[in-house]
Amino acid sequence: MAEVELLRVTRRFGAETALQDLSMTVPDGAFVVLLGPTGAGKTTTLRMVSGLDSPDSGTVRIGGRDMAGLAPAQRDVAMVFQQYSLYPHLTVRENLEFPLKSPVLRTPREMIDRKVGEVAEILQISHKLDNRATALSGGEMQRVSIGRALVRNPAVYLMDEPLSSLDAKLRADLRVELKNIQAVSGATLLYVTHDQIEAMTMATHVGVLDRGRLVQFGTPREIYEDPVSLYAAGRLGQPRINVLPADTFAGAPPGAAYIALRPEHIAQGEGRESRVTRVEHLGDQTRLHLTLGGRDLVTVTDPHTALGAGDIVRIRPRDPLYFDAAGARLG
Amino acid sequence: MSFSVTAPSPAARWIAGLLVALYAIVTLLPLAWIIATGFKSPADAIAYPPKVLFEPSLEGYVNLFTTRTRIAEADFAALPPPGTWYEEIVRDQGMVIAGPSRYGERFLNSVIIGFGSTALCMVLGTAAAYAFSRFRVPLKDDLMFFILSTRMMPPIAVAIPIFLMFRQIGLNDTHLGMILLYTAVNLSLSVWLLKGFIDEIPVEYEEAALIDGYTRFQAFRKVVLPQAATGIASTAIFCLIFAWNEYAFAVLLTSGTAQTAPPFIPTIIGTGGKDWPAVAAGATIFLVPVMVFTILLRKHLLRGITFGAVRK
Repeated sequence: MAEVELLRVTRRFGAETALQDLSMTVPDGAFVVLLGPTGAGKTTTLRMVSGLDSPDSGTVRIGGRDMAGLAPAQRDVAMVFQQYSLYPHLTVRENLEFPLKSPVLRTPREMIDRKVGEVAEILQISHKLDNRATALSGGEMQRVSIGRALVRNPAVYLMDEPLSSLDAKLRADLRVELKNIQAVSGATLLYVTHDQIEAMTMATHVGVLDRGRLVQFGTPREIYEDPVSLYAAGRLGQPRINVLPADTFAGAPPGAAYIALRPEHIAQGEGRESRVTRVEHLGDQTRLHLTLGGRDLVTVTDPHTALGAGDIVRIRPRDPLYFDAAGARLG
Repeated sequence: MSFSVTAPSPAARWIAGLLVALYAIVTLLPLAWIIATGFKSPADAIAYPPKVLFEPSLEGYVNLFTTRTRIAEADFAALPPPGTWYEEIVRDQGMVIAGPSRYGERFLNSVIIGFGSTALCMVLGTAAAYAFSRFRVPLKDDLMFFILSTRMMPPIAVAIPIFLMFRQIGLNDTHLGMILLYTAVNLSLSVWLLKGFIDEIPVEYEEAALIDGYTRFQAFRKVVLPQAATGIASTAIFCLIFAWNEYAFAVLLTSGTAQTAPPFIPTIIGTGGKDWPAVAAGATIFLVPVMVFTILLRKHLLRGITFGAVRK
């Protein structure tokens, strides 16, 4: 296991800049989740670390060693791709054995069998080992491709939305499993996702990328509670953070253009009047869709609330976040 | 894509079956006729009206593989009884075997040159197609067009220059010369076909192999090649069929040592009467290797022919 460092990494594809002066340190044993919309540079960052692509300028270090000019095989990284990652002409077992049989590892036979058996057990694919890779369902394929990374013990695991094609239950199971594996083995993990639950539950650190730049790096809690910008605030939170003009409520600091409220930061009972437009009972919580001065808000309330559409609720902010006109955090 | 599929009515099935059978008869009849002629006696082969039922004879095959000669009647009568079944067939024609014919050699030349050039073409074609498919090659589109343009003119149009060049550098009438020539002719088609197949293989597979600890060449061999098998097999069939059947260059450039079967088979006609059964026997045997090769690879060929026609 090792620390991964990116120093002022820039990568352009023609006129487009995929990464701009990106610097980031993934501490040894950390589970770092990269967040950002499509095109933010998440996958490109993984490719820089893996060696599948190389930076136009800047340095990538793994375990303190400069990776410049090193092929992926020499970097000791394992990667899970978003799709197309199983070798279709091989069986599941052969797929899992493939990295262990590589010229860099040359694992002895009994070790291969033991490792493959273990990983197949964890990912619940033992009964499929002798199937052809193409005879699996999408979820099974993705589990095998995670397995192909797990059979190794690399310096760093790179995962590019590995759970995105799985159904909800399997996704939840594997989330727990991945986190366990990481906690037990102390593996360093760099993980790309769109899914905020994955980010919140698994990450020790979250990196927020915006058009090739790292805009915030910290624990999931820090990013959630203390975002540096509206953009970063919008990356986490389900339902999304509510953004309103700063003068909606009294008490905005000078220069504030926006007030942003997490759903749980809207207190009911006093303050301005808003109208309930919809009530969503989710079981453990109930979401209230409100409208205030022509703007829609979402908040959470008691699961057994008596409120219904059309009712009037008084609301006021609690622990609000303020941002300036450019979206930067104030205070 | 959606289709509305209805089960064909029994009548439609009958008509479809009948049409396919009719078409098969039309295309296979000449082939059947050649095969049958190989087993006829020379008299039956030229009988009019043509004979469909006849007494099979191996005379054509024996004549194909031997050279025969007439000897003085007194000597013929003094010969000991024939020792083998083929000697007996020759004696029945009033001749004796003078030695083996050159058909075996010519056939072997065809095998060496046909399969040799196909193999070389596959090695070079796959390597070039992979490079064009995966790497940033300067002037890629222009080079691909140039490669295609080498096939825009019928190869025989440059037969004379090639003949002169071959004579100059000593490739005339050599196996190597013919292998190189057929490879050069087939290579452009191979590169284009194979590039199409390799383009279809997602690059992620190789990237996964690179990460898994393999070099690019190993990734090519273990991941790309197996998946390109279909493309390679169908391209190989096209190449072999061309090299196997090629006649004009073979007539022009080979005579003694490297002559292939196509220019040899017609020469059988000239040796003592029109020996159609022997010609037909030669043609029948000549058909076998390509047929076997195609049948062995037919699973791939079918996918190769429909390649690109189906959107996934």
